Amino acid sequence: MIYLVILMIFVGIELIEKVPSVLHTPLMSGANAIHGVIIIGSIIIMGQAEDIFATVLGFIAVFFGTLNVVGGFVVTDRMLEMFKKKK
Amino acid sequence: MSHNILDFLYILSSLSFIFGIKLLSKPGTAKQGNLIAAAGMTIAILGTIFLNDTVKMSNYPWIFGALVLGSVVGTVMAKKVMMTKMPQMVSFFNGMGGACASIISIVEYNHMLHTNTGSPTKTVILLLGLIIGTISFSGSMIAYGKLEEKIKDFYLPFQQVFNVLLLGSTLAITIGLAHGYTQSHELIYAVLGISFIYGLFFVFPIGGADMPVVISLLNSFTGVATAFGGFLYDNKVMLFGGILVGSAGTLLTVVMCKAMNRSLTNVLLGNFGGGASSGSGKSISGNIKEISSSDAAALMKYSKKVVVVPGYGLAVAQAQHIAKELETVLEAEGVEVKYAIHPVAGRMPGHMNILLAESNVSYDKLLEMDVINPEFKNTDVVLVVGANDVVNPAAKTDPGSPIYGMPILEVEDAANIIVMKRSMKSGYAGIENELFYNQKTRMLFGDAKKMLAELVNEMKAS
Repeated sequence: MIYLVILMIFVGIELIEKVPSVLHTPLMSGANAIHGVIIIGSIIIMGQAEDIFATVLGFIAVFFGTLNVVGGFVVTDRMLEMFKKKK
Repeated sequence: MSHNILDFLYILSSLSFIFGIKLLSKPGTAKQGNLIAAAGMTIAILGTIFLNDTVKMSNYPWIFGALVLGSVVGTVMAKKVMMTKMPQMVSFFNGMGGACASIISIVEYNHMLHTNTGSPTKTVILLLGLIIGTISFSGSMIAYGKLEEKIKDFYLPFQQVFNVLLLGSTLAITIGLAHGYTQSHELIYAVLGISFIYGLFFVFPIGGADMPVVISLLNSFTGVATAFGGFLYDNKVMLFGGILVGSAGTLLTVVMCKAMNRSLTNVLLGNFGGGASSGSGKSISGNIKEISSSDAAALMKYSKKVVVVPGYGLAVAQAQHIAKELETVLEAEGVEVKYAIHPVAGRMPGHMNILLAESNVSYDKLLEMDVINPEFKNTDVVLVVGANDVVNPAAKTDPGSPIYGMPILEVEDAANIIVMKRSMKSGYAGIENELFYNQKTRMLFGDAKKMLAELVNEMKAS
């Protein structure tokens, strides 16, 4: 596990190293959408929920997670749309 | 069996995140990159719902209900937001991710108590996820409020001491719970509360100009919180996605700081921007000279080359479309028009590019600082629209200035400089700009959109 963590850290650094500043905002926004993968965790708690407490919080968590994922990707797409149009 | 398939799907989506980010970092392929990452995310979500054994079928309605609701709300918000408000939107979505992480920790902590499956390691993972997720949530909300200009900079006396105490107490409780020194599990809500307050005070003192850096940092926080979720469930895709964003986000934060020539520590301590900045800027004497819009229009019309320097003033005034119109009118007169984009112009790196691209300004007319700086010598008129600190010569000449050392657009090399500004108010750094007193500078006071429209009308009329 720890090997994988270290490996991923380097992959992350390697990917960002040479990015034109123009793309910083979309990239940040895209990365923002990707950490929305936290939604997997919220689906798991929602999925195993048995009492009201877990059901309600799970529902809110999935909702928030979806906002993060969907909103994140759509906003990024809109930003990039701007770059593409006039080529 | 289904377990193996799920593992395979998780690897697939992890790879899609890596390729997604890779493609996102090149202008030509960025859009595909985003779509690939989104596709990977969809695979991971659907895979979890249908193939994870712990997810009960009876809860499907709840899951899909929340997914659909979130998708609709998220899409509407993301589609409706104005391009100028993009940074706070990103911050908001980031906060949602953070909140999601902290809720997961709370539910799982209670679950762990009921089922007696706790271990010190699991407790630490849960609490760290909770702390980081919550800080990311409350911090992002403050960043959102600040960019919306609903929240002002705010300092406490002994702010640093206070913050260290807050953070220290959450860690102390974490250790206490993990080692079983205390059995009072309600303390997890204390951790939640304290982390929340810490997030607020973490962002409160940071100046508006530094907000992009903070958002980027909080973004990587949420990444780390996600990674803790990955440890918790031994879930590869959460772990990969989280760490990837955590490390890429941290590096992106550092790169942004470099572009502004600021150190991360300075940003975080909230130096410059707030009340502390009054000391170093020397007062400048001299006269400023105004210009009428008709004279400005004439001056530009009879030039060979005009360079527009857009700043946040242009964004606030929503003047990007009228700026494009000015470009069209000038080009019809045979004037060469370029845009000089400072790396931190606007509210986020790349913010200006997005705005101008929105109004159909062609990509190759947007020149980055290093490219445009040598060109100013051959430029007849520089039109500064709502920018200030990024053209302040003090960054080169005055070692006492808070922005000393920041790379700037060297507009004073041009033959004429027209500065369009609402007032003589200083920019984010809170310092005077001697450019305004330069012999070659003429001031054109007014709202960027209104003044640009006047320029366009004058040009069309004559």
